[in-house]
Amino acid sequence: MTAPSLARPAVHRRRRGLRPSRVALHLTLLVIAVVWLIPALGLFINSFRPSADISSSGWWTALFPPFEFTFANYEEVLNRQGLDRAFINSLFITIPATILVLVVAAFAAYAFAWMDFRGKNVLFVVVVGLLVVPLQVSLIPILTLFADAGIAGTFLAVWLAHTGFGLPFAIFLLRNYMGGLPREVFESAAIDGAGPATSFFRLALPMSVPVLASLAIFQFLWVWNDLLVALVFIGPVPANQPLTVVVANLVNSQGGQWHLLTAAAFIVMILPLIVFFSLQRYFVRGITGGAVKG
Amino acid sequence: MDERLLTAAIVIVGVPAALVGYVLLIETILKFVPGRIAPRLRPILWLLPAMTFLGVFLVYPTIDTVRRSFMDGFSENFVGLANYEYVFNSAETLGALANNLLWIVLLTVGSVGFGLLIAVLVDRVRYESWIKAVIFLPLAISFTAAGIIWRFMYDFRPESGTLNAIVVALGGEPVGWLNDWPLNTILLIVVGVWMQVGFSMVILSAGLKSISTELLEASRVDGANEWQVFRSITFPLLLPTIAVISTTVVIIALKAFDIVYIMTNGNFGTEVLANRMYKELFNFSQFGRGSAVAIILFLAIVPVMVLNIKRFREQEAIR
Repeated sequence: MTAPSLARPAVHRRRRGLRPSRVALHLTLLVIAVVWLIPALGLFINSFRPSADISSSGWWTALFPPFEFTFANYEEVLNRQGLDRAFINSLFITIPATILVLVVAAFAAYAFAWMDFRGKNVLFVVVVGLLVVPLQVSLIPILTLFADAGIAGTFLAVWLAHTGFGLPFAIFLLRNYMGGLPREVFESAAIDGAGPATSFFRLALPMSVPVLASLAIFQFLWVWNDLLVALVFIGPVPANQPLTVVVANLVNSQGGQWHLLTAAAFIVMILPLIVFFSLQRYFVRGITGGAVKG
Repeated sequence: MDERLLTAAIVIVGVPAALVGYVLLIETILKFVPGRIAPRLRPILWLLPAMTFLGVFLVYPTIDTVRRSFMDGFSENFVGLANYEYVFNSAETLGALANNLLWIVLLTVGSVGFGLLIAVLVDRVRYESWIKAVIFLPLAISFTAAGIIWRFMYDFRPESGTLNAIVVALGGEPVGWLNDWPLNTILLIVVGVWMQVGFSMVILSAGLKSISTELLEASRVDGANEWQVFRSITFPLLLPTIAVISTTVVIIALKAFDIVYIMTNGNFGTEVLANRMYKELFNFSQFGRGSAVAIILFLAIVPVMVLNIKRFREQEAIR
């Protein structure tokens, strides 16, 4: 674990000794942290215990000797429950869906930020409105559309759907950031004869790297973690199902098989956790920057 | 697999390349367009790809769903308000509606309340970033994973369910946590709170840091205790932030689907609107009813949408 970077350097207030109120403060925070961690910790520990142990005793018993841990649960879900293929499918779905949103949104955001045209404000207000439209509203018409086009159940269907659903937030976040870039930079570039394309590729994009990173992380996590869109547009095509769908099916069919479910849950979580710990700063910046999003 | 790898490669490399090519092409063409028309044409062409996506995947479907909500199960015959009558008369959908209300109230109060509490407390200690990382963590994982984590917590057998192990250790009988309404819905919302508090905390914490320390110190020097400082300075200054977070959480509560799907699949009276809609569509092939549920969900979100637009306009006016 790298040192988390959420906080600004602590500005130190008056120095106080360990008064009762301070002790209560530390205790409260400790309890909160423990309560927050226990659910995930218990599951994590159990995912490494033999299935016989899991059904006969709680995860906390594993904290004391004899220590018996195994990778058998992971082997079983990966090899025999098809989670290996599902993991690859999740990558196949997530990476293109993330890149698509970034490029499509970047051009639009630049136009909204630095071009003047009639109806610009109205159009952008529409985008702000679309931020909160529940995607449930679009499921049936789009599914019908995909079925007619013969792409229901394919990766292409989910790429397109995720791009459409992710765009309002992407345009909103990027436009707000690009609009805040210094005007003089673009003006002097224009005086030097740079066209909009040059300004966009040479100035706006490179200066927007931090917000592009935030957006990429968001879209990546959102698509990776999505269940509903995959359930509807990939649906019953097992060869293309991502992790979330396969694991959800596993819950329905093997509800009591904790040795399988615990391992499966961690396979779904591992990549988001890595992204989270390595890129936390961008993640937080994206959240504070796009607080209007639903 | 080879074919799919190829498709993915085409999308990853090809689509960005195509879009860059598209922009370069329109810019080249615009050079030959008369000077007065070019500035008007340019934004339209730059916005075209994004607007096409928004039109096809959000605007058109919304309108089409409105149409389907007045049609029968196969979207063939007009049935007037029959689907809406069904929604407002069937025990299942009314139950789902009631659960969504419960979600809205408890998820908002829970995640904003805890978020505020933790943000205020954590601001006073040096290991702030560690606590924040712990609280924040569930936000990164999927509802699917969270659902399994908490199914495990709530498991009936005290040998696996942590909660029942505690109950038994304290001398009680194991409880069927997810069997009875409203306890089961409340416990599903707890999972939502566990996941969402990090979101509220991060934003509130940022708001907290922007409050001037001089102001706080001055009131402390004047003899105000910590609670008074919080109540009369910190809290009022954070109110606008709290309002923004609340609207976001309300929307999350309205759209709730995954947690319910994974943990109870809507059984034992835990169903919410999104799950009801999913069932109407895929279990009963009732497109009309499903669409009506979706439209009700949409109408419930419209006030939030109006509020967001209003707030956005105000922010723009300040800019």
